[in-house]
Amino acid sequence: MSRYFKAEITENKKLNNDCNLLTFVPFRKPAEPKPGQFFMIGMEGDYDPLLKRPFSLFRRTQRGFQILYRIRGRGTSLMRNLGRGSVIHVLGPLGNSYPMPPEDHAPVIVAGGIGIASVFSLAERLAAARNKAHIYYGARGASDLLMVGALKKAAKRLSLTTDDGSCGERGCITDMLSVFSWGASSERNTVIYACGPRKMLETVAGIAAGRGIEAYVSMEENMACGIGACLGCVVKTVSGHKRVCKEGPVFNAKEIVW
Amino acid sequence: MNLSVQIGKLKLKNPVMTASGTFGYAEEYSEFIDLNRLGAVVVKGLSLTPKEGNPPPRIIETPAGMLNAIGLQNIGIESFIQEKLPFLKRFHTPVIVNFFGDSIDEYAEAAKSLSAAEGVHGLEMNISCPNKQAGWRIFGTDPKVTFEVVSAVRKSTNLTLIVKLSPNVTDIALMARVAQDAGADAVSLINTLTGLAIDIKTRRPKLANVTGGLSGPAVKPVAVRMVWEVYRSVKIPIIGMGGIMSSDDALEFLLAGAAAVAVGTANFINPRATIDILSGIEAYMRDNRVTDVKDLTGGMI
Repeated sequence: MSRYFKAEITENKKLNNDCNLLTFVPFRKPAEPKPGQFFMIGMEGDYDPLLKRPFSLFRRTQRGFQILYRIRGRGTSLMRNLGRGSVIHVLGPLGNSYPMPPEDHAPVIVAGGIGIASVFSLAERLAAARNKAHIYYGARGASDLLMVGALKKAAKRLSLTTDDGSCGERGCITDMLSVFSWGASSERNTVIYACGPRKMLETVAGIAAGRGIEAYVSMEENMACGIGACLGCVVKTVSGHKRVCKEGPVFNAKEIVW
Repeated sequence: MNLSVQIGKLKLKNPVMTASGTFGYAEEYSEFIDLNRLGAVVVKGLSLTPKEGNPPPRIIETPAGMLNAIGLQNIGIESFIQEKLPFLKRFHTPVIVNFFGDSIDEYAEAAKSLSAAEGVHGLEMNISCPNKQAGWRIFGTDPKVTFEVVSAVRKSTNLTLIVKLSPNVTDIALMARVAQDAGADAVSLINTLTGLAIDIKTRRPKLANVTGGLSGPAVKPVAVRMVWEVYRSVKIPIIGMGGIMSSDDALEFLLAGAAAVAVGTANFINPRATIDILSGIEAYMRDNRVTDVKDLTGGMI
């Protein structure tokens, strides 16, 4: 079992204009990942792009792993072109994971855009533990809402929003979250898990703090090593800088200085 | 085949070291490589008191390189000795501690307290961080100040003293001579080159610190040239670094005049880079019937 391995791509499926689902199978048995953990992935070839890129675990498959990625820069543009049989270099699984809620707590998942990639496996894990989450998922438009079918199956309830109103309610996912009432008695027994744009996470943290709900957020920063050595990926917390790759990516929302 | 090299009082079993700031306190990499195989471990730069470093974003990739502005975040010498050094003592690889101060007195005091710690085998003084304020950078750019600070540290330690030089100077050979004259046992070069990357959409710098230090393959030819220049003007050994990704790169540094090499950014791409580079040097020596790695130093024809 090693956390540094080569893997073969078995599928690189286009989901919409700018998102793909990549499936890869390691050459050697890797460590078992937990929801919220991530991989550093590098491609064969020269020094451009140079660094590996971090991607959340989307789902464990029978023989390998899946990541859901948005084509955003040079690295992901090249990744889009990788075909079946291409070899990638992988470090991982890395970082901490979403803490599972106590049995008598109701989980709520909030995902914005590509943030769904990180919380999807948590939703499935919760469903397997017979404690399905109420999932709030927002994106730009209908075509940006990914894996809705699978999410419906894994969720106790699925609430969708889009910026243009093309699917679900029009508006921001956090607007929906802020007006939703779990009932005063059950609020104390709710745990929120969120991944998405920083602004969304900040709003979720505010809502949770206002209602006295525990919330966990998955943070993102530019990363070089992924294993805690370079100190490149820190976020500001109430107890100083912390590394997204090591102490994170999942933080208690109360810890983050927004 | 003899791979050992001498740096000051330290005999290294091979010339492959790690570059400070890219290898944490070595613990982070012990899962991926056998630390016993390294020539030396050089740990992240330390100061007397802990430092918070710069706000994020701290790193950004550039073509064949990366800019970083970590800002020397570190846990402080005391915590290092208490929490990190015990782990490093379990290995028989020399531990070289990179350190810095904000004044000549602080440099001297830091050197003194590190020298008193059992398990610290050598010191690398950082006078060349590009992310410190202009007033600090004179330690590595003004020959008079460099002479003063290195002399003060020399008086404070009997350990092997390496001075890490900045490439952001007009004449790096002059700076190396100054370090030698002030009592350095070796020089290491190059630290990163000051750079800037701008987001053209927002018109904002990509790093919160605005500027950062460039490392990676992009800087290698500059670094090799500087090693070659320094080799011709000092007698003390040179530790060459700057964009070493492969054993071919490392060999270029040796041929330019380095006695040993340090691997930095490559660790981020391949956590086994140091070991792969060591194996590559051995293979080159076998293939070219080189029996002593010292024969490669300055071997450019």
